[in-house]
Amino acid sequence: MNRDHFTGDFPIVVEGLKTAFGDHVIHEGLDLSVRRGEILGVVGGSGTGKSVLMRAIIGLQQLAAGNIEVLGDAISGDHSEDEIDIRSRWGVLFQGGALFSTLTVAENIEVPLREFYPEISPALRREIARYKVMLSGLPDEAADKYPSELSGGMRKRAGLARALAMDPELLFLDEPTAGLDPIGAAAFDALTRELQDTLGHTVFLITHDLDTLYEICDRVAVLADKRVIAVGTIPELLALDHPWIQEYFNGPRGRAASTARGRAKAMDKPVKAGE
Amino acid sequence: MREWAEFTIAEGKDGARGLVLTGPLVVSSIGRLDSALRGSDERFAHIDLSQVGDVDTVGAWTVWRLARDSGADIVGASDKAQRLIAAVHRNELDEADESETASPYSPEGLIGRVGGYVIGYFEGVRTLLGFLGELILAMGSVIRHPGRMRWTSLVRQLELVGIQALPIVGLMSFLVGIVIAQQGAVQLEQFGAEIYTINLTGRLSFRELGVLMTAIMVAGRSGSSFAAQIGTMKLTEEVDAMRTIGVSPMEALVVPRVLACTFMLMVLGFYAAILSIIGGAFISMYSLDIPFWTFLSRIQEVVPRHDLWVGLIKGPLFGLIVALAGCYQGMQVKGDSEAVGLKTTLAVVQAIFAVIVLDAFLAVFFTEVGWG
Repeated sequence: MNRDHFTGDFPIVVEGLKTAFGDHVIHEGLDLSVRRGEILGVVGGSGTGKSVLMRAIIGLQQLAAGNIEVLGDAISGDHSEDEIDIRSRWGVLFQGGALFSTLTVAENIEVPLREFYPEISPALRREIARYKVMLSGLPDEAADKYPSELSGGMRKRAGLARALAMDPELLFLDEPTAGLDPIGAAAFDALTRELQDTLGHTVFLITHDLDTLYEICDRVAVLADKRVIAVGTIPELLALDHPWIQEYFNGPRGRAASTARGRAKAMDKPVKAGE
Repeated sequence: MREWAEFTIAEGKDGARGLVLTGPLVVSSIGRLDSALRGSDERFAHIDLSQVGDVDTVGAWTVWRLARDSGADIVGASDKAQRLIAAVHRNELDEADESETASPYSPEGLIGRVGGYVIGYFEGVRTLLGFLGELILAMGSVIRHPGRMRWTSLVRQLELVGIQALPIVGLMSFLVGIVIAQQGAVQLEQFGAEIYTINLTGRLSFRELGVLMTAIMVAGRSGSSFAAQIGTMKLTEEVDAMRTIGVSPMEALVVPRVLACTFMLMVLGFYAAILSIIGGAFISMYSLDIPFWTFLSRIQEVVPRHDLWVGLIKGPLFGLIVALAGCYQGMQVKGDSEAVGLKTTLAVVQAIFAVIVLDAFLAVFFTEVGWG
């Protein structure tokens, strides 16, 4: 099976999603469409189910109701052949990096390649791992280090390198800048944007970081009341009259990020339609 | 069916050879192309990309490497291909360090490994001595300031190591007693001396098997759990957190475990000896027709009192070894989850080995001092 690039407009479509842990309902009637080639930021208070939404989209979470389509295929949660094919077309950066602790960074990057394309020679695999390390902004010698020998920021970058191992069309980032210092966080934002510009993938980005939202997100989806209450550019969201959105973007931190960047206007540019 | 990237070699008018690539140059299609062209030292004047389909970074990298190795120019690349090729070789990678370090199986590598083991051994001895010193200091401070003793933790460990081990240690000892008595009787019967089965079971249980088997069982049950528990706490930085808030991990984690294990192995060893004698009495009732209570009262006559002391002295020593091995290996964990498993294995293996070595030594020692 060859991977044909997805050519539709919406690589991720979520309709009427309901998820629940026992009696505790996380999402109900949640709809969300992600445009091809955009960086979509997902925000919401703690416990509104941002990570659960991501897990549902990548098939790690049982759905109580609703449909999720990723790259044109339905995500069901059972391991059908089609779904395994989809798995080679997305990359996921988990919150803690989730690197395999007994493998070096380079070996971590080689794992998905080995898994999906065993015909790639070991030499090429090693080269791929090394340039991915370089692409994700790590020094060359980091490739042969174990995750426990890396700092938090480097571990995030190594996780990103593994997520990019297959040249995915979709990249999921779960709080990529959490726990990084401001300089490291800004550098990671710039890297995310730069890679997206170069490689043209679609990014689904969960964040709490207002700077990240202003700096690199094309659109922002707001999770509250068990659903997505609004999707749009930050100026569009600011025009809405929802108390949580107002408090989030106009609170002291929101205002600081807004004035510091002054980029809210620049975000009104039309979204590029991928390639 | 999967579409593979293909190549043809075109001869130009001026004799220059060009490599023409066709098909998609993506991670799923590149494997065969790369294998076919890698390592050949053919020179090409140019690499033609005008007929390729989709390109990703893996394709871009492969093309760029081919161009570099054969000294070719890249022609006919799409905008995307150019962008990706620029991205993947932005920082030129130095190829020199491939297989630079000596393989661990070459002669130099072997010497290096032996050296590594020797250094590791002496470092191990040093850290072990350091650990013992720290433990003695912690014990001393607990004795001088009894308020610092973690009584709750001690009681908890006594329960885990001792009380919860009662069923399994009891059952094991009972069965061991049956085996000794039954097998002993078979051999002694040949001399008509089966009455000595009682001596055999009683003395062996008190002196050796009760406490030795218990030590092995406790090493497997508790020594391993000490190592895994403390090791995991090291990984999650709980041990460091303790230090920063002024709690000594030695006092909080190691001292209660060592005390509990030392005390409980004495008690469990005695308990195991009793159960093993009961097992012997039980089987003798059936196979030798010795009444149960006669067997037990004969035990009092044929087992000298110092056999009891031998068992009671060995118990705490073995317990100390098991607890020390577990806690010490736990504290040595660093890095990743694999280290926890490795150190847990080491804790059990070292504990059992040290217990058996000490047991052999003590067997000779007690005989020499007249407690034979």
